[in-house]
Amino acid sequence: MSKLHVTTSVNGDEREFLCGPGETLLDVLRDELDMTGTKEGCGSGDCGACTIMLDGEMVCSCLVMAAEAQGRVIGTIEGVAEGSELHPVQRTFLDHAALQCGFCTPGFIVAAKALLDRNPDPTETEVRYWLAGNLCRCTGYDKIIRAVMDAAAELRQERTPA
Amino acid sequence: MALSAFHTPETIEQAVALLAGDPSARPLSGGTDLIVQMQSGRSEAGAIVDIKRIAGLNGIRSDGDGFVIGAATPCTALKEDAALVAAWPGVVEAANLIGSVQVRNRATMAGNLCNASPAADSVPALVAAGATCLIAGPSGEREVPVEAIPVAPSKTSLQAGEMVTAIKLPKRSAGGSDAYLRSIPRTEMDIAVVGAGANITVDAEGVCTSARIAIGAAAPTVVLVEDAGKALEGSGFDDAAMEAMAQAVRNACKPIDDKRGTIEYRIAMAGVLAKRTVMIARERAGGTA
Ligand SMILES: Cc1cc2nc3c(=O)[nH]c(=O)nc-3n(C[C@H](O)[C@H](O)[C@H](O)COP(=O)(O)OP(=O)(O)OC[C@H]3O[C@@H](n4cnc5c(N)ncnc54)[C@H](O)[C@@H]3O)c2cc1C
Ligand code: FES
Ligand code: FES
Repeated sequence: MSKLHVTTSVNGDEREFLCGPGETLLDVLRDELDMTGTKEGCGSGDCGACTIMLDGEMVCSCLVMAAEAQGRVIGTIEGVAEGSELHPVQRTFLDHAALQCGFCTPGFIVAAKALLDRNPDPTETEVRYWLAGNLCRCTGYDKIIRAVMDAAAELRQERTPA
Repeated sequence: MALSAFHTPETIEQAVALLAGDPSARPLSGGTDLIVQMQSGRSEAGAIVDIKRIAGLNGIRSDGDGFVIGAATPCTALKEDAALVAAWPGVVEAANLIGSVQVRNRATMAGNLCNASPAADSVPALVAAGATCLIAGPSGEREVPVEAIPVAPSKTSLQAGEMVTAIKLPKRSAGGSDAYLRSIPRTEMDIAVVGAGANITVDAEGVCTSARIAIGAAAPTVVLVEDAGKALEGSGFDDAAMEAMAQAVRNACKPIDDKRGTIEYRIAMAGVLAKRTVMIARERAGGTA
């Protein structure tokens, strides 16, 4: 079984890797590229812990084959902060204590940022539907929703960061 | 996963040749069924033919007569086509009930159809719409009604080397609209216990001039209930016609008992959902005051 050579863009950097035809992009991100921010919760599309951006759309990286990444543009949790400057949604997650074990958090942050990038004024219902593919077994979701609504307000400049 | 190859054809001819040359090769659209099945060892796929790099397979064309939706078009892209949403709101809403945003950014209606689950959400809506699919294969192209594709759970009528290249929706006739509803225990991220799609046309007097009703998760395949449509035709959607329609739907059910619902529940709910779906389609068609 020959390995495939893939060139792709990850968080703005050109990256190359070799993969088997049956490997998922999640496997490669974590095990080849050492980007372990993206988590594997279920491996079957149900939990959203593996959420990444693929050509500008959020997808479950456990349901993308690594070979599909050839020539595509990938964004992961590692690219959300700008240097040491946290993205507003990362900051409001901390402010609202919107995490406990933190396993779901990278997926929620990537998904929430994808929503706020296209709609900085979502209703709470829109936020809840948008995040329906992200599961959290700790927080009970409410703090997560507050954090996203607050980040949205900050992005609309209705609230100055504390 | 014991895959021997991952192919990225750029033309339909190349894809068909790859599929015809290796009986274990499977087309990959969004992968939201296929990759899950490979990961859990339920797939016999020996090689992958990714159809997403084939020119013209991702996108929606209006061909004057209707819409041609490329097989690799993700469900979320359907919502962005205003003309498609206006003409076939039921099809677009059905496809956008599938999974989560993450799933819908990948999942396609062609994959939903070819996975041949009786609970596939977009399929009753497509069948009610009278959609057809374009199939490419070693002996050329053919076009069949969508309902001819699934023959049993996880089994399709596609022949060796064949793949779906597009789903075609007819031109929307004046005074017509469609709708799809499903019953699930949650509000998102669940498989339909029952689903119902309706596509109706209403004249200026509010009389039903045509109706197609299809149900999902109520039999081994999605079913077009022709008698249900006939029960509505010529009526003004009065209680008797609606009940006759619902009875035809219940008669067509051959559901299973499972953790999602009992046989009795599914049959009763199919009738209820069919009525609700018809009323939504009627309102969209402008048939209610
Ligand atoms: C978390 C989650 C939630 C889900 N929720 C729902 C739901 O609510 N409702 C629902 O209906 N489904 C649901 N699904 C199932 C799945 O997302 C849908 O069936 C989806 O439409 C499949 O499309 P795809 O493009 O991803 O198909 P793929 O996985 O790419 O393919 C599915 C099958 O069809 C074959 N195939 C694909 N394209 C073609 C083609 N062009 N020609 C011939 N054969 C082809 C493949 O070889 C494979 O056997 C869910 C899946 C997940 C992971
Ligand atoms: S690990 Fe991908 S959705 Fe759970
Ligand atoms: S914080 Fe533990 S799963 Fe969400």
